[in-house]
Amino acid sequence: MTRASSGNGAGARNGAIVGLEGLSKIYRLGGGEVRALDEISLAIPEGEFLAIMGPSGSGKSTLLNILGCLDRPSAGAYYLGGEDVSKLGDNALSMRRCRFLGFVFQSYNLIPQLTVLENIEIPLFYQGLSPRSCRERSCALAERVGLGDRLDHRPTELSGGQQQRVAVARALANDPLVILADEPTGNLDSHTGEEIMDLIIGLHGQGKTIILVTHDAKVAANAQRIIRLADGKIVADERREGAPHVAA
Amino acid sequence: MWLHRVVRAVRLGSKSLMLHKLRSALTVLGIVFGVSSVIAMLSIGEGAKWEQEQEIKRLGSDNIILKSVKPPEDRSANVATEHVIEYGLKYDDLTRICLTVPTVKGGVPARITRQETRYGETAIDARIVGTVPEFLKAVNAGIAAGRFFATLDDEETVCVIGAMIREKLFPVEDPLGKDILIGMDFFRVIGVMSVGGGATGAGSGVAAEDRNRDVYLPLGTMINTQGEVLIRRSSGSFEAERVELHQVIINVADIGDVEPSANSIRHLLSRNHVKQDYEVIVPLELLRQAERTQRIFQIVLGSIAAISLLVGGIGIMNIMLASVTERTREIGIRRALGARRHDIVVQFIVETVVLSTSGGLFGLFLGISIPMAVQHMAGMRTIVTLSSLLLSFCISVSVGLIFGIYPARRAAALDPIEALRHE
Repeated sequence: MTRASSGNGAGARNGAIVGLEGLSKIYRLGGGEVRALDEISLAIPEGEFLAIMGPSGSGKSTLLNILGCLDRPSAGAYYLGGEDVSKLGDNALSMRRCRFLGFVFQSYNLIPQLTVLENIEIPLFYQGLSPRSCRERSCALAERVGLGDRLDHRPTELSGGQQQRVAVARALANDPLVILADEPTGNLDSHTGEEIMDLIIGLHGQGKTIILVTHDAKVAANAQRIIRLADGKIVADERREGAPHVAA
Repeated sequence: MWLHRVVRAVRLGSKSLMLHKLRSALTVLGIVFGVSSVIAMLSIGEGAKWEQEQEIKRLGSDNIILKSVKPPEDRSANVATEHVIEYGLKYDDLTRICLTVPTVKGGVPARITRQETRYGETAIDARIVGTVPEFLKAVNAGIAAGRFFATLDDEETVCVIGAMIREKLFPVEDPLGKDILIGMDFFRVIGVMSVGGGATGAGSGVAAEDRNRDVYLPLGTMINTQGEVLIRRSSGSFEAERVELHQVIINVADIGDVEPSANSIRHLLSRNHVKQDYEVIVPLELLRQAERTQRIFQIVLGSIAAISLLVGGIGIMNIMLASVTERTREIGIRRALGARRHDIVVQFIVETVVLSTSGGLFGLFLGISIPMAVQHMAGMRTIVTLSSLLLSFCISVSVGLIFGIYPARRAAALDPIEALRHE
């Protein structure tokens, strides 16, 4: 176990696909202020599988929101693909989400009135792809997560595991730089949870950069590197050379 | 490129709306009624206007019509001293007008009575008009068979009958050359008038006569056979009145001279008549007046339509605001997956426009069928104009645009993080 140091952040601009430098998020509530994130520095090289752990209230969600370009830090810089996105406007952030990020949520977050295929197509639609290439690509993705025979089903007609597969396919639709997974197995039983983890591990095997937020140590154990947060600070940064899937 | 985006946005919008069919249907009801009432009222108004204009045109817009009117006080005041009531326009009036008003081209005098007209066994109550050959041109009438009488026919016992009289008296026979009995004299039919537009039900506020029930005699013949004094029997007592001319149609050279000529004639007549025993009808003035009434009618219609569409629009906005709250999570998901605020605004506005436009289309069909039903059942003439269809349809689309903006902006302003957390 090595202590997190500011030296990690220095490499953010070169080589690392995600780099944080002195990132803080401060909420002003009533009279006082809450430091949800306190001077976080972190560099994630391309192709890394990172797990973020920590108790509730440690700043996991806040960090994930900032990493996901849904929120802006109060101070510090966030380099995504070499570009500082910490001060971009709403439209520019939407564009970064659209191009570079894929989300997998705990509660799947599929749109209930759309079919499997249409759900996968959403990010492609906002990229402005033609309907035909949208369709081809999302068919291929559904095939890839093993739902090629369920294209016209509604999310409510699918099991939890299948819904999460659709969400993974949707996260892959725009071929993102980084996949952000927020407790992807949290709503699933252990067996389907393992299936989803296998899918994510498989993506990492294909060279995707994955950031996984969880408080389940077993899930985190799949990652190459585990970061522990407490009170808005990184308290541990652990590299696991012998991660099971890397060996396999 | 943008076309498939639009198609897709419309498809997505319709899909979301179809999820709540009843709600969407009830929401657009306001627009449906607004649009259909606009079209229906405009077409009924247009029909009434058309009928009115036809009647006024039948009087002739370059004509001034003078009529004899029995002054109301005459009856009680004079009945004791005189047995014959004398009133109305004189031959001198016509001569004076023709000689003094320079813009007047000519005048067509007419004497009018009601008489029983008989051919064989069939009798019919007809309006007998004694006039001059120029009458035909002055009222824009045509001849269906035979000829109208000429100047040489004056004081001959000939007549020209209206289309309705011919139908009643001569259902199968050829009327030309036959003699019909009018009052106590026989007249030879030399011509039949063609069917003119009769006075119809709606909008006939103007004093246009039904010329199909007329029998025309040369003016000289009329005076010779019927005399100057007309005796009428009404409820047991005799009533005699002397009227030289019942009606004079003054023809003016130019349509622009109609109103000044009418004023001169009014002035001239008022100097020579002690009592108001005449009436001056100017079809052009009636036309103007009808147009004014029409304008007021249209303003009233317009405001009713505006109010109903406003109410419809507010209904739509209300439902869209509810829909935004209901779909907060969907908005959050879309934002997280890369939708810009602009994309969300477009999505919701398209949805509102789809809603109001479909309401507009339904309203269009309803609006076309209501006037058809009215025409069929009430016999009123209705005219659906293309411009009224376009107008109301465009209004329904813009109602969707205007009332969609606020809910759409509300949706786009949602914070994606909050929206994703929303249950």
